[in-house]
Amino acid sequence: MAKKHKWQDLIKDPLNENNPITVQVLGICSALAITVKLMPAIVMALSVMVVVAFSNLIVSLIRNYIPNRIRIIVQLLVVATLVILVDQILKAFAYDVSKQLSVFVGLIITNCIVMGRLEAFALGNKPLDSFLDGIGNGAGYGLILIIVAFFRELFGSGTLFDYQIIPQSFYDLGYVNNAMMLLPAMALITLGIVIWVQRSLYPQLTEKE
Amino acid sequence: MKVLEKFFNKYEHLFLEGGKYEKYYPAYMALYTFMFTPGETTKRGAHIRDAVDLKRVMFTVVLALIPATIFGMWNVGYQYFQQAGTEFTNWDAFVYGFWKVLPMIIVSYVVGLGIEFYFAILRGHDVNEGYLVTGLLIPLIMPVTIPLWILAVSVAFAVIIGKEVFGGTGMNIVNPALVARAFAFFAYPSFMSGNEVWIPKPEHADAYSGETILGALGQGQQIAYTWKDMFFGTIPGSVGETSVLMILIGAALLLLTKVGSWRIMLSGFAGAALMAFIFNLWGANTLMQLPWWQHLLVGGLAFGIVFMATDPVTAAQTRKGKWIYGFLIGVFAILVRVFNPAYPEGVMLAILLMNVIAPTIDYYVVQANIKKRMKRLEKQTA
Repeated sequence: MAKKHKWQDLIKDPLNENNPITVQVLGICSALAITVKLMPAIVMALSVMVVVAFSNLIVSLIRNYIPNRIRIIVQLLVVATLVILVDQILKAFAYDVSKQLSVFVGLIITNCIVMGRLEAFALGNKPLDSFLDGIGNGAGYGLILIIVAFFRELFGSGTLFDYQIIPQSFYDLGYVNNAMMLLPAMALITLGIVIWVQRSLYPQLTEKE
Repeated sequence: MKVLEKFFNKYEHLFLEGGKYEKYYPAYMALYTFMFTPGETTKRGAHIRDAVDLKRVMFTVVLALIPATIFGMWNVGYQYFQQAGTEFTNWDAFVYGFWKVLPMIIVSYVVGLGIEFYFAILRGHDVNEGYLVTGLLIPLIMPVTIPLWILAVSVAFAVIIGKEVFGGTGMNIVNPALVARAFAFFAYPSFMSGNEVWIPKPEHADAYSGETILGALGQGQQIAYTWKDMFFGTIPGSVGETSVLMILIGAALLLLTKVGSWRIMLSGFAGAALMAFIFNLWGANTLMQLPWWQHLLVGGLAFGIVFMATDPVTAAQTRKGKWIYGFLIGVFAILVRVFNPAYPEGVMLAILLMNVIAPTIDYYVVQANIKKRMKRLEKQTA
């Protein structure tokens, strides 16, 4: 029943053709909330990647022993444990970033991508495949986060990783940062533009009417 | 005219199929239809033959905007010379304002039409006249001191995100001119509100105060303007919004030609008046104490209701829907104005909100009508 997956496809597909954010439209809320600056976005992307990959791995290992009727509870237990681990590690070693991310690390548990991959992939595939699938989807999620955060930090604050990128001479000439880039509304619009660009480059992604 | 037509005919073959610039046919067609009435007729489907086409509708609105534009130019100069404290004639004031406002209009048209032409060529559809109105509306609802690059960015945002992503003229959900203003308002707040943006700052002014009436009232101050100032428009504000008289002249033209909906205008003013009257009774702060009829004269309310709320694309389509739509715009405009100190003027947000809700209003109006007729049918057949 489990069909053979090519390992490079497991990593590559979620980056573009089957991207969790831009194609499946999952995990939007966190993508809007934590993309004001690049650094938190990257940390968030890594956290999600770790959680998806390892929860995929664990659930896949025990998939034949989970009674079907309580599988959601078991999955949640696994995910919640991993999220708490990630949260504690961030608090211990990257306190500043973890403060910026605030509740959104804890909210990874509600991220649709995690549950989506468990239900759609890990329950029916071998552990190694599942692990790679988690890495791929985490990377696909992270890629979009980083693209959106790049534009939001560059135009909203004039910095990247908190280093001034737009030179002072621009500001002297009358350039001003775009305050709307700091608002979640602009994150949604930026995300929309990313989807627009992606679909013009790959027309096969557009839904048939 | 003959020369122009010859010129167009001479180069037409370059843009036809197989020609050198085939790709740019929409751009050629747009310029040609702008100058002449094209000889083609519609090929498919049933169509109403009428002298009023999109081009004529749009030109009527532009004509209706002219009085407010000219007065706005004069008022910019008038406010400036008042602050500078020098003597001046009306002509001086107009010339000064003219050179301040003209670059805004040019930037708006060049950027907006540039993007429209680009999309038309990219997608192979015709360029519509819709932007002629939007392009004039945008400078009229901005403060005169706005840097031109901010204007250009806002116009680009409005045309691309407010209009082209939905499919161009006639498909947009919200009014593109208001999208431009909302974008500038949230992205560059220091250039869009406060007491220094409405009047160009003179170099040697002893005392400078360019607070708008609503801004001053929002901070609990009293105002020095009489209702005549508000009605004739000799007050600080966005370029075209100050003079209610000039806006009413434009409104009269829109109503005479039936381009603008009188239902929306009337119910808009009625909604605002009612809301302001209720706040008068409450009277908890200076904004609430402003007499209800003066609420109708200040800020962008008149301009918004006459020129933006009546935009046929984004307004409600059904008759009952128009009453509800206009009324709620008036109510929300005053509500935001009085309750939220961060937004001294609420017309923009009220119209944008109702633009989004308009299709829902129409849906329920249509459903209610269907239900009513079903009941009647049941009665007759029973």
